[in-house]
Amino acid sequence: MPRKKIDLKYDIDYLSILDKDGEVDSDLEPDIDDDRLLDLHRAMLLGRRFDERMLKLQRSGKIGTFAPIHGQEASQLGAVACLEEEDWLVPSFRETAAEIWRGKAMENVLLAYAGFNEGAHVPKGVNNLPVSVPVGTQALHAVGIGYAMKLKGKKEVAMVFFGDGATSEGDVHEAMNFAGVFQTPTVFICQNNHWAISIKRSHQTRSETIAQKALAYGMPGIQADGNDALAVYAAAKEAVDRARAGDGPTFIECVTYRMSVHTTADDPKRYRSDEEVEKWKERDPIDRFQKYLKDKDLLSDDAIEALESEIKDEIKAAVKGWEKRMAELTDKTGMFDNVFAEMPPYLAEQKEAFEKTLSS
Amino acid sequence: MAKLTMVQAINLALHQEMKKDEDVVVLGEDVGVDGGVFRVTDGLIDEFGEERVMDTPLAESGIAGFAIGMALYGLKPVAEIQFSGFAYIAFHQMEAHAARLRGRSGGRFTVPMVLRMPYGGGVRALEHHSESREAYWAHTPGLKTVIPSTPRNARSLLVSAIRDPDPVIFYEPKASYRAFKEEVPDEEETFPIGESQIVREGDDLTVIAYGAMMRPTLEAADKLKEDDGIDCEVIDLLTISPLDDAKFTKSAQKTGRILVVHEAPRSFGPGAEIITRLVEKSFVYLEAPVRRVTGYDVVIPLYQREFDYLPGVDRIVSAARETLDFKA
Repeated sequence: MPRKKIDLKYDIDYLSILDKDGEVDSDLEPDIDDDRLLDLHRAMLLGRRFDERMLKLQRSGKIGTFAPIHGQEASQLGAVACLEEEDWLVPSFRETAAEIWRGKAMENVLLAYAGFNEGAHVPKGVNNLPVSVPVGTQALHAVGIGYAMKLKGKKEVAMVFFGDGATSEGDVHEAMNFAGVFQTPTVFICQNNHWAISIKRSHQTRSETIAQKALAYGMPGIQADGNDALAVYAAAKEAVDRARAGDGPTFIECVTYRMSVHTTADDPKRYRSDEEVEKWKERDPIDRFQKYLKDKDLLSDDAIEALESEIKDEIKAAVKGWEKRMAELTDKTGMFDNVFAEMPPYLAEQKEAFEKTLSS
Repeated sequence: MAKLTMVQAINLALHQEMKKDEDVVVLGEDVGVDGGVFRVTDGLIDEFGEERVMDTPLAESGIAGFAIGMALYGLKPVAEIQFSGFAYIAFHQMEAHAARLRGRSGGRFTVPMVLRMPYGGGVRALEHHSESREAYWAHTPGLKTVIPSTPRNARSLLVSAIRDPDPVIFYEPKASYRAFKEEVPDEEETFPIGESQIVREGDDLTVIAYGAMMRPTLEAADKLKEDDGIDCEVIDLLTISPLDDAKFTKSAQKTGRILVVHEAPRSFGPGAEIITRLVEKSFVYLEAPVRRVTGYDVVIPLYQREFDYLPGVDRIVSAARETLDFKA
C-alpha cells in the first residue's frame, strides 16, 4: 500500500487519578508514604497562603510585581516531590511553591519581589537555578545540565518548568530536540494554565494537546490532570525514574488553570470571563487532595485548622524576617559584584566613582 | 615549535586543553565528524570521542543555551557558531543568561564557557558570512570579547578563554585563518584576557587596531616608515572587552596623534569607546583630532565590492598622513 498510517513509537495518554470530587482510582494510586502525602499537602497549603499574603503585600505597595501560583499548587509540587536533593530544579517564574519545597526561604522570595537582587541569590551547593524571566529560555539549560550529569556518570535529573505560552518559543523546541538527540536526563514540565497573559490556550497552538509535541522529538509525552497532585506525581515519578535510569527525557503537560492574574500588573477581566474561573474553582487541587487525605484518615478538619494556624505563623515569621533583612541591606555597591569573577579596572573605577556620589 | 596557520593553532589549543582537562568539551554544527567547516576542530572527535565533541542539531540558540547548562554544572564548553552572522539568535541566551547568572545567583552559578565564531570579510563569501559586529557582544555587561590576530596569540588567548571563569566570546578573524603562518610553541602558552599588546614601537603616531585589521595596519606602518620616515606605535587590542585602556592612553601621551582602525561599521563601533577613553584620560596630550578608519555604516557588500568596504592599507596610510599633517 502506498499510503498507510505510520505507527509512532509513543502514544499520548491522559492521566487522572483523583477526580474533582477527590475520589481515587485505586488501580492508579501511586505508592506514597503517609508522611510524604502530608508534606505535600502542607506545601500546597503553604504555597496557597503565601501567594495570598504576597498579593496583599503587593496591593499595599510593599513588594513589586510577581506572578501568583494560585490554582497551580498540585502541578508544580506533585512534580518536584519526585526529585532528590542533588537533582536540579530549573524554574521559570511561576513555581514559587516548588522553589519553597526545594528549600528557598520565603523571606528570600519576598526580598526578590521587593526589588532586592539579594533575594535571588542561591546558597553554595544548592542545585536550584534562580527564576528565569525570558519565557522558555531556561529549558535549554536543563538539557545542558542533564548532558553534563550524564557525561559525569551521575544518576541525577534536571527538571524544568515552563507554561503553555513557552511552547511557542523556539528555545523550548530546541531544548526538546537536543534532549531527544542527546538522550539527556531531563524532565520537561509544562504547566498548561490556559492563559499566557491574554492569549488563551487554543490561540497559542492548534495542537490538540501540548503533550503531543513530545512525539516530534522522539520522547514520551503525557498529559496529566494538573490539579490532581497524585496524577502529576505519578507522571513525574515515571519520568524521573526513566531519566535516572539513563532512558532519556520526558515531556509532561500538566493541565491546570491560572486562577489569579498573570502578574500583579495584569487585569484578567479584560480577556476572560468570571464564569470560566468559577468553573475551575470546582476543580481546586487542594480541596480534592484534602478529601483524599480525609478518606485515608490522614487528615481531619481539626488538623487542617491547626495546620492553617501553623502556616499563618510561619508566613508571619517570614515577613518579619524579610523586613529585618531589608533594613539590614544598606550596602548599595552590590551591583558591581559578581559581574565577573575578578573586577576589571574600568568597573573598579566606576564603583569608586559611585561610592563618591554616596559620600558627597 | 612549528609554523602553524591560525586554524591549526586554534586546533592545537583545543587539543591540548581537552587533553589536560576532561571538563573541556566542544560542540557545534559540523564540529565532529566533519571537523568544522573551516576544519578548526579537525581530529578532535577521533581523539576525544563523540561524548566530548558533539555534533549538534542546527540551532544556534540551542547550542548557546545547551552550553550554558553544561557550564552551570561545571563543564567548560567551547561552543562554535559556524559564522558570526548566525550568532544573533544565540545572543539572547548569552545576554539573558550567560552574562547574568553569576550576578543573578550571587556567585553560586557561573558560566565558564567560550562561544567561538569566525567573523569578518575578505573570503568571497555569501551574505551573512562577512560581518564584524563585535560591538554587540562588547556592549554586554558580564561578557568578555576577545579577538586574536595571529596564530600564536589565537592559541594562547583561546587557552586563557577556556580557563576563564566567565563567558568569553571568541571572535576569530576568518580572513586570517590561513593567510599566513607563525611559529607557535609546542608547550602551553596563555595570554591574559583584558590586556592589549604593543606590537611596534614608535613616537610619531599611535595606531590602534585588532583582529584581521592588524595586517593592513602593520603594512601601512611599514609604508609610512619607508615613504615618509614616520614611526608608528601599533597597538593590538586582542581583547575588546574588558578594554585595556592603559597602554593606548599612555601611548597617546607620547605621540599625541591617534588613529583607530576597525572593520566594524563606524557608528557606535569599538572606536567610539576607544576614543572616548582617550579623550577622558589623555585629552591634554592630543595634538590632532583622533581619526577612525573603519567599515562604513552599511551592510558589507558581496565579494565583488567587499574590499571597497574593508579598510585597506591605502585608507590607513592616507588617514595617518592627514592626522600627522594636522596643525592647530
